[in-house]
Amino acid sequence: MLPDIVALTTSPSLSVPWWKVVYDFSSLTEWIDASLHNYMSPFWTTITEMLIIGVLILLFYAVIGLFLVYAERKVCAFMQNRLGPNRVGPFGIFQTIADLFKLLFKELIPIKNADGFLFNLAPFIVIIASFMAIAAIPFAKGLHAIDLNIGVLYVMAVSAMGVIGVLLAGWSSNNKYSLIGAMRSGAQIVSYELSVGLSIITIIILAGSMQLSVIVEAQRDGWFIFKGHIPAFIAFIVFLISSTAETNRGPFDLAEAESELTAGYHTEYSGIKFAFFFLAEYINMFIVASIAATVFLGGWMPFHVGHWVGFNYIMDFIPPFIWYIGKTFFVIFLMMWFKWTFPRLRIDQLLTLEWKYLLPINLVNVLIMAFIVLMGWHF
Amino acid sequence: MEEKEIITTPDEEQEYVINMGPQHPSTHGVLRLLVSLKGEKVKSIQPHVGYIHSGIEKMCESITYPQIIHLTDRMDYISAHINNEAVCLNVEKALEIDIPDRIKVIRTIMSELTRLQSHQLWWACFGMDLGGLTCFFYGLRDREKILDIFEETCGGRMIVSYNCPGGLMYDIHPNFQKRVKDFIKYFRKILPEYDQLLTGNVIFHERSRGIGKLTKEDAISFGVTGPTGRASGFSCDVRKHEPYSAYDRVQFKEILHTEGDTFARYIARIDEMWESMNIIEQLIDNIPEGPFAVKMKPVIKLPEGEYYQRVETARGELGVYIISDGNKNPYRVKFRSPNFSNLSVLNHIASGFKIADLVAIGGSLDLIIPDIDR
Amino acid sequence: MRSIINYLKEIIFGVWSLLKGMKVTGSYFFRPGTIVTQKYPSNRKDLVMFDRFKGEVVMPHNEKNEHKCTGCGICELNCPNGTIEIISKTIITEDGKKKKAIDKHIYRLSMCTFCALCVKTCPSNALAFSQKFEHAVFNRALLIKTLNKPGSQLMKGVE
Repeated sequence: MLPDIVALTTSPSLSVPWWKVVYDFSSLTEWIDASLHNYMSPFWTTITEMLIIGVLILLFYAVIGLFLVYAERKVCAFMQNRLGPNRVGPFGIFQTIADLFKLLFKELIPIKNADGFLFNLAPFIVIIASFMAIAAIPFAKGLHAIDLNIGVLYVMAVSAMGVIGVLLAGWSSNNKYSLIGAMRSGAQIVSYELSVGLSIITIIILAGSMQLSVIVEAQRDGWFIFKGHIPAFIAFIVFLISSTAETNRGPFDLAEAESELTAGYHTEYSGIKFAFFFLAEYINMFIVASIAATVFLGGWMPFHVGHWVGFNYIMDFIPPFIWYIGKTFFVIFLMMWFKWTFPRLRIDQLLTLEWKYLLPINLVNVLIMAFIVLMGWHF
Repeated sequence: MEEKEIITTPDEEQEYVINMGPQHPSTHGVLRLLVSLKGEKVKSIQPHVGYIHSGIEKMCESITYPQIIHLTDRMDYISAHINNEAVCLNVEKALEIDIPDRIKVIRTIMSELTRLQSHQLWWACFGMDLGGLTCFFYGLRDREKILDIFEETCGGRMIVSYNCPGGLMYDIHPNFQKRVKDFIKYFRKILPEYDQLLTGNVIFHERSRGIGKLTKEDAISFGVTGPTGRASGFSCDVRKHEPYSAYDRVQFKEILHTEGDTFARYIARIDEMWESMNIIEQLIDNIPEGPFAVKMKPVIKLPEGEYYQRVETARGELGVYIISDGNKNPYRVKFRSPNFSNLSVLNHIASGFKIADLVAIGGSLDLIIPDIDR
Repeated sequence: MRSIINYLKEIIFGVWSLLKGMKVTGSYFFRPGTIVTQKYPSNRKDLVMFDRFKGEVVMPHNEKNEHKCTGCGICELNCPNGTIEIISKTIITEDGKKKKAIDKHIYRLSMCTFCALCVKTCPSNALAFSQKFEHAVFNRALLIKTLNKPGSQLMKGVE
């Protein structure tokens, strides 16, 4: 009886007023941590925290996925002089939820002569890869599931794992179109992973760290895209192009190439298994956009200009989470803009673009950036 | 568990054959292409036609001449009006009727509008074949304006049935001239936007230049006509060589290109859109007064004999061949459809290129499948 | 050196051409006024079709429930698909003569190809096109329509 009362009376309280939490989530997380410690042993505290974070990420994942599908449909509709979804709910905002239910209720068609195990495994690999990557992304100050000291490397490595799922899906479907699509996807990711890596290395040279929180913190007095002169800008463009290719989107959607291969690697999937591929595509887009926002555009850091104290003070009023989401969606909008403007590349042109254009530009860019950092010319 | 058959043929002899169609996004209908692949490369293409065969030629033998018109709408449904015109011209030629100028001019304007909307749809679908989905909506958005003009005057949007032997079904709508002029004004502004979106695009250039080269000799020997043939330098514009309706009184260029690749076919069609607008502008203010149809006998009977009339549809040369035995029904009708000849060249020009190129070449030929199968 | 300049030129021109395309789509994105989509089922009330629109064949009746169809059968002859079937009856006119008149003018909408030959060839202009375009029904039998209304008569003065 007694310990409970003691625990309640000595329960920790938030160290800051509740409304300031949106500016720094660390006090909230610390408070939750301390509260849990009061009730449980450290082991169970850790388990509970992991569960909470898991559920939160899962929820976030679903919400972002549904929202991005809706956003993409609206953006492309406006670019094409259409209205887009407008029937389910006001402005059609519940359209994707309706779609989700449709996909959930649809039959999962078993494919004759397909490799059943791999066929069922493939969507999970794709979706797990994007799950794992989302864990290391800093959403706001103190809102960061795991802050690895090789954060950038981790995100890139894990998100590239998705291609295994794509390859498996294409191989196990027993469909010739799927196989072509999967092979295309394989060739594409192997080459474009290089450009993504090199363009991020350009910024890592500038930041001096691979830890995402350090990279964000280093952009307090100016985002890297402005700090790093032209090389950083070029790196940003290259990153945009190659990450679009890595997520199988936009003018690089050869793996599913609707007009050539019907639907590429996910031709044979139906129902929720197809939804996994579909969702993973959008989450991957979100992940690369948030990496771009974190590494190039300062993550959750507000927009600061040198010594304009008043301006910086006003900018600080906007919560970091809003900054982060705003930047991410700006990058996502750019990627959607590409996708709905350009015709698709051919497979050999895709590889030419990588090996003959992006890679040499990137290598020179890394050199220039290293030189700039060496001479201390950056801001 | 059943034993799986082990394939023992050596790797080089095995063919990776995919069925493109009958249900495939880029065959624009129910065309079936049996494509042998080597990796991404296309080794050979075997078109299988007949999935939408509707027996139009046979049906024509049991119906009267005015009734044939509505069947030709269903052949090349994108240039329905020009098909109608071909049959009407042939019947009028057989009966030796003098057609008043008003009918000729209206027919020409309608034909050019048809050509324009056909090319708009082609542009839309070609962009979509290449992966630029936005093109599709822009093309269809502008085509809708022409279809509205058709609907107001003819009562139908695609299946117009506006011609009848001896003239037109109805007179033009009072709004017709104003609407057409508005449209030309609008489209002259929009067409450069098409260029910005697709023609100038570097990805599009890479995708289309030097792809699917068709030489002039091959174009002639395969009977490839229309913009496809003219892109290879084959001067085959029926409007120029054998003017019908009011084409002899308008100034227009025959669009000729010599490259013969996908890009040339693309540019030829874009240029034809400009030329069509020129033709319409020359005629729209000078529609002569007069009747919209010649008084015909209630039952049209063609004198015994064989009659042939060719016209230039949006895809090439359409020939209508009628054998009459003096009855109210034709003895035999044969349509020389441009798409059938244009399809025959596909294996010749697309083998050796990649799958994506096959889609681009197929798109640049602008095939309408019901016209192939009839 | 020249090849490097060409290489850079290629890149710059390529990027420029891409930006031009993005300008087009981007400009439409920020001009929602250019949207052409019609909200079809909700704009049904003020949706006006063109007066020549070929919706379906109807037989106009006047307020006294009279039509112009004499039952001559020309439309039936001219229809390429056998859409129209005319069932006639013999009536006795006021002055005691026997006369052929229409009993039922049957129109099968499911077979109609909207070629307008019946409307055009009708000698007494008894047929016309209505602007109704929503033809979907749950039962195929509903597509077989009788154009003359029950109890209708031939208009006076039409032979």
